[in-house]
Amino acid sequence: MKKLLLGDFAVARGAWEAGVKVAAAYPGTPSTEITEELARYPEVYSEWSPNEKVALEVGIGASIRGARAIVSMKHVGLNVACDPLFTSVYTGVNGGLVIAVADDPSVFSSQNEQDTRLTAVSAKIPVLEPSDSEEAKQFTKYAFDLSEEYDTPVLLRLTTRVAHSQSLVALEERQEVPVKEYVKDIPKYVMMPANARRKHTVVEERLKKLSVDADGMRINRIEWRSREIGVICSGGVYQYVREALPEASVLKLGMVYPLPYKTIEEFAAGVGRCIVAEELAPHIETLVKAHGIRVEGKEIFPLEGEFSAALIREKVLGQAPAPAPAEVPARPPVLCAGCPHRGVFYVLSKLKVNVLGDIGCYTLGAVPPLAAMDAVVCMGASIGMSIGFDKADPEAHRHSVAVIGDSTFIHSGITGLIDAVYNKAKTTVVILDNRTTGMTGHQNHPATGKTIKNEDTYELDLAKVCRAVGVEDVAVIDPNNLAATEAAVKAALAHEGVSVVIAKRPCALLTKRLYKGFKVNDKCKKCKACLKLGCPAIVNGKDGIAIDVSLCTECGLCKGVCKFGAIEGEN
Amino acid sequence: MREKSGKTDILIVGVGGQGTLLASRVLGKYAVGAGYDVKLSEVHGMAQRGGSVMTYVRIGSGIASPIIDAGGADIILAFEKLEALRYLHYLKEGGEVLYSTQEIMPMPVVTGAAEYPQGLEARLPGKGIDALSLALTAGNAKAANAVMLGALCKKLGLERDKFEEALLACIPQKTAEMNKKAFALGFDAV
Repeated sequence: MKKLLLGDFAVARGAWEAGVKVAAAYPGTPSTEITEELARYPEVYSEWSPNEKVALEVGIGASIRGARAIVSMKHVGLNVACDPLFTSVYTGVNGGLVIAVADDPSVFSSQNEQDTRLTAVSAKIPVLEPSDSEEAKQFTKYAFDLSEEYDTPVLLRLTTRVAHSQSLVALEERQEVPVKEYVKDIPKYVMMPANARRKHTVVEERLKKLSVDADGMRINRIEWRSREIGVICSGGVYQYVREALPEASVLKLGMVYPLPYKTIEEFAAGVGRCIVAEELAPHIETLVKAHGIRVEGKEIFPLEGEFSAALIREKVLGQAPAPAPAEVPARPPVLCAGCPHRGVFYVLSKLKVNVLGDIGCYTLGAVPPLAAMDAVVCMGASIGMSIGFDKADPEAHRHSVAVIGDSTFIHSGITGLIDAVYNKAKTTVVILDNRTTGMTGHQNHPATGKTIKNEDTYELDLAKVCRAVGVEDVAVIDPNNLAATEAAVKAALAHEGVSVVIAKRPCALLTKRLYKGFKVNDKCKKCKACLKLGCPAIVNGKDGIAIDVSLCTECGLCKGVCKFGAIEGEN
Repeated sequence: MREKSGKTDILIVGVGGQGTLLASRVLGKYAVGAGYDVKLSEVHGMAQRGGSVMTYVRIGSGIASPIIDAGGADIILAFEKLEALRYLHYLKEGGEVLYSTQEIMPMPVVTGAAEYPQGLEARLPGKGIDALSLALTAGNAKAANAVMLGALCKKLGLERDKFEEALLACIPQKTAEMNKKAFALGFDAV
């Protein structure tokens, strides 16, 4: 039976069919749906971990104990998990361990455009790269086999276009794989210097063997067509190459690290022009050139952004670039109508404070007219940066705050807060507690009191956590109450120490009801005070200010800022 | 799209939150049910928060890339008028735009940094549908995507019953009546 599946769902299906027992992840676009889907299978224990490092450690533990395990994350999540990653390659596995990592070429929803294959080379972990949903399923299954055969975790690299495209997948049955016997083995699993030194040699030998064996793997295949042009490619780029150059020969690499050099030599020798087409870093190109094989690569292709069939035609055949778009006003993403973060950013914008921001929907607080954000780097960085502000400028605490979401605070903000208290920083931390992991599509986390399967569990109390690490000044407010929000932020800024303001209100998208929407009456003086909210439902049209009823969620913020009683509706 | 050997490339564009993802999934469901091969490509995450979004639907056998190149779309289904213009260069020669006449102001227009372009209709080769009004007639503004799907169904000559079935399979049961009504209004508007 064939089914139309998202690439991420196909990875989940592959893991399930391969008998996976344990799945762990922290949500991150475009990888989130792998674990969301795995949570639907009763045979699989699945969890949202507080962060990617913990997720991988759960996977490593399950693997050592003998179960097949899969851990999923986005590219920047792998940075968080690098510490366990590098050493898990030394220990190797017992049950198969697959790490699915989704890169985001063109930066659809990320803070950078890094290439996971380079991290994999550093970590010395083999990498498989599927090019559509069917391969996403097949390669996931194969990754478990390779993992156990070669005694190594295996990385499955996806990109946004593979993770978030749908194509037909042939479904198969689950193969039950019993949990293997666990035998205590200190030289294998305890990485202290003497064991690690020995293991490093094992890792190098393993990579050499994999590289030789890769020549015989069916996932690395040559498709001979015209010998004039030959393209080496993998993943989503393979599809663009097939579409743009249907006559060209192709070496399709299913394993992009380590490489099958004999196959590459044979291919390069058999074509006139040998081209490596790869998005982001020149990973394959660099390795192939270091091996003494001449290819064209980044001298014709960009280092940034995702490719397309049109780009391949342009760069390889010199065809005219795709037609250019019309000049129209940009439409950047914005905080949704009714977003509970808006009240906080409105107040921060009004008070003109510096905002050290973090990763989540609320990064959109940086978009004008709110423009209430000064720096955003990575998950959890807001609090550390605010400590740095304080240590660099003794007056900074009077006019700067850290802003961090509830899920992000649990991910990696708590350690920053401990640092703030321990090292006597003067700083204000605003926790935007919207009761969910918003940006990635509403996943539970420890403070929602629900597991990934929506079962009740202990509900982490954020205010208690803050007090427990030594923060004495903790306030909890409703961000839709602008006066209370402003008063709380002002009090925190005036406090000579660490203050936490928890702005608590559920994400507007969690409410699945239909709204009538507010209306603007004839008392409107067109003062435009409401426009400062940056609400997408408030329209500044030819006929004055109006409210778009298709977007309005009746949050009442605009009614609160209007001095003339011109906005009507019940909230 | 009646010939199973032919290919139809549909670009669905709009504003994040308008239901472009739902529309592509309904099309995918219909196409698979009708025995076509199909590839879809979606954008999740930050772009879904009120930004400009596009979803690709490619129906037909032997399709490699899940994305449609500029100049390659047979039809553009636009849930918002300005978005229709933004992606007009994706339309192939002789292609058509099926667009909602709804205007949603992008933030640079709200703040006064840009102006919403006037006279858009003259630049869009195809038909405008007042999807928002029809959706309100059906019961709620949220049904505008069902209106547009009804219009697309008629425009592409798809099997109405099966298409409606695919739509109903993708939405919450309690909104079924409203969406059916919206779908019918859209169907009749073409």
